[in-house]
Amino acid sequence: MTERAPRERRDPLARKKARHTPPSARSRAMHAMSARAAMGRFVLQVCTKCGTATYPPRDACPACWGELVWQDCKSGGQLLANTIIHATTDLYFRDHLPWRMGTVALDAGPVALVHLHRDLAPEDRVEVRLMLDRGGNAALFALPPDRGFDMTDPQLREFIVPVQGKTVLVTDAHSAIGLAVVKALHDTGAGLIVAGMLPPARLADADHPVLRLLGVQVVPLDSSDQVSLSEALSKIGGPLDIVINTARHVRSGGVSGGTNIVEQRRAFEVAAIGLTRLAQSCGPMLAGRPHGAFVDVISSDALTGSAGHAGFAAAEAARLSLLQAFRHEMRETGVRVLSVFTGPVEDEHHQSVPPPKVAPARLATAIIEALQQGREQTCVGDVASDAMTRWLADPALYAREKNL
Amino acid sequence: MSRRPASYDGVAVCAPVTVPYVRFSPEDAHWWAGRALRLLAQHAQITPADIDGFCFSSFSAGPDTAVGLTQHLGLSPRWLDHIPTGGASGVMALRRAARAVQCGDAEIVVCLAADTNHIDSFRRSLASFSRFSRDAVYPYGYGGPNATFALITDAYMRRFGITRADFGKLCVAQRANAGSNPLALQRKPLTLEAYLAARPIADPVHLFDCVMPCAGAEAFIVTTPEIAAQRGLAAATIMATIERHNALPGDPVQFRGGWAMDIDGFWDAAGIAPTDIDTLQVYDDYPVIVAMQLEDLGFCRKGEAAQFIRKTSFDIAGDLPLNTNGGQLSAGQAGAAGGFQNVTEGLRQIIGQPLGAQVPGAEISLVSGFGLVNYDRGVCTGAAALKALR
Repeated sequence: MTERAPRERRDPLARKKARHTPPSARSRAMHAMSARAAMGRFVLQVCTKCGTATYPPRDACPACWGELVWQDCKSGGQLLANTIIHATTDLYFRDHLPWRMGTVALDAGPVALVHLHRDLAPEDRVEVRLMLDRGGNAALFALPPDRGFDMTDPQLREFIVPVQGKTVLVTDAHSAIGLAVVKALHDTGAGLIVAGMLPPARLADADHPVLRLLGVQVVPLDSSDQVSLSEALSKIGGPLDIVINTARHVRSGGVSGGTNIVEQRRAFEVAAIGLTRLAQSCGPMLAGRPHGAFVDVISSDALTGSAGHAGFAAAEAARLSLLQAFRHEMRETGVRVLSVFTGPVEDEHHQSVPPPKVAPARLATAIIEALQQGREQTCVGDVASDAMTRWLADPALYAREKNL
Repeated sequence: MSRRPASYDGVAVCAPVTVPYVRFSPEDAHWWAGRALRLLAQHAQITPADIDGFCFSSFSAGPDTAVGLTQHLGLSPRWLDHIPTGGASGVMALRRAARAVQCGDAEIVVCLAADTNHIDSFRRSLASFSRFSRDAVYPYGYGGPNATFALITDAYMRRFGITRADFGKLCVAQRANAGSNPLALQRKPLTLEAYLAARPIADPVHLFDCVMPCAGAEAFIVTTPEIAAQRGLAAATIMATIERHNALPGDPVQFRGGWAMDIDGFWDAAGIAPTDIDTLQVYDDYPVIVAMQLEDLGFCRKGEAAQFIRKTSFDIAGDLPLNTNGGQLSAGQAGAAGGFQNVTEGLRQIIGQPLGAQVPGAEISLVSGFGLVNYDRGVCTGAAALKALR
């Protein structure tokens, strides 16, 4: 058994380290690249007329002035030149010097300036990843190919959210999803896992083997109740690095018929207002941390609504909307706000829903992976992936066919 | 095949002026432009009413352009141009103004570059320099031009086997030249040992490879030989010029500039060879660009800059007097004015009005400009050969 990383601590008397983010101004075309990078895609603009791939993002093809569209491209390349920057006027990079960058000839065609992994030297083959920097903008990072992710590279760590040794709050650890997330966090080496339990707590809950694992601390927590939330956070006693919001209130039912207003209100209290409460209380705590992150588990029904789960889908849609605003607010603090979309989960709330359903353990693995790859938007399982594909392709059509 | 350019008959260049540079200035670019005009008034006895053509270059005059400057400085020109090509702006102002005078669109054109340098203005101007830089260069460590040229230098050294000591010889020679120029910001002698031992800024670029941003202004007049003579101004003629933008975009890393596309026609039009040049004033934001110009302008073949540097003396009294005022590396880099000092210094040496020591018997100077690192390379290049009008 591997030794557990000790929990990271902070001297409460020391002046807090000011956190800066990289320069954030970008062109509209670059924002389009970032939107795709957020999904973990490696894309470049390709001309619809002559097929030329181009970079940096442009508004017309430089070879024939044809129209450019974003396409998934080969991510290999060769390193042509490199430098180690020792001096900069930017506050963020001053905190992280020396900084390596290089010139890469991409297999897809264009030449790109990239962030560079420490093990690479000119002439080397590289794999270029399209990641998000601490300001949330797309950035190319060249890594040694076929070596997996080297999370010890200090520069790469700026683009991801390490879990080892971190303090993580799981807002609803009582559910099947929550338990799976607590277990995955423990297995990955989180320092302290604060497991929120919706009161009234049943005696049997605390006996669950996952909640008795080393480094797991059970606290009563109802994110629809500000007092409960404040009390839970006050029990953490130290810095909070990551919040994983697994709270949701899944109930079937329509709008005009089969409606239970009480359940619908509860869904909004947990998913939407609950998110605001968490954002208000946890946002400032996360903002002081070197790798703060907020992960929200959200239903793919948030994209279009769902006639069968009308109230739930509406609450999830409100949650998605609030999450976008929260992400915007956290950008300048460097805190990452990640959305993990899922379809029906293999749990007590989806007993009457036919497969495919997402196993809670798979969802938990996807959350850890999203953190460790710094991916802003993830879809877990076939239902969520299918929903996202259709929604991206034609939102009006998808809203119709989803609610036929 | 492009048409052979017309000669520059009937055009004279005169009255080079330099407003002494300072590291930081609380004034605006407009103040520096005004000082340059005041110097021109003293030097050439011109008044605002005499100026009927105005060509302006600046990075820090915002929100104004050449248009705002006319009203600000009381000019009513019948010909106006604003040059955004930075380090290539001097050559480009010269060739535009020359055609305006030759064609009669203007008679006395003032070409002027002025930039201020406030505390923190370098960082701010970097932030909004170009769309490609903002999207795809500065977010990668924010090394500014140092980092971009470090990549170019790294690839160039690897490809051609040129060493830091070779670059050092250029920087040491320019510092020695700056010694006689009272306006140069850095005149303390530089040794090759000190050059090699300097701290790294962005490997392989070290401290003495970098220019010092500063505030300053440079100006000159383009007019007819007759007007220059009437006013008693020593002048030069233009033998040939070239200009190119976004040349050779297929080169993965810049190892040559736009001069390489145009240089044969240039020497042909000038009717001389590189060996006829008495003094060379090239854009020198980093020594790798000086080496590139030695090759691309025809002083040696591509890839042979190292050997050429090793066997050539670049001092004022040497085989090829290079950047005789110290260049930007020693005199200072006053934004767009940095792209004008090659023209003013090249002109000064052949009309016998140097700021410092005189190149003995100088009659022909070659000035070369390089500007605007829009993304991964300098985009604008130009060159002009000037000959004293005796």
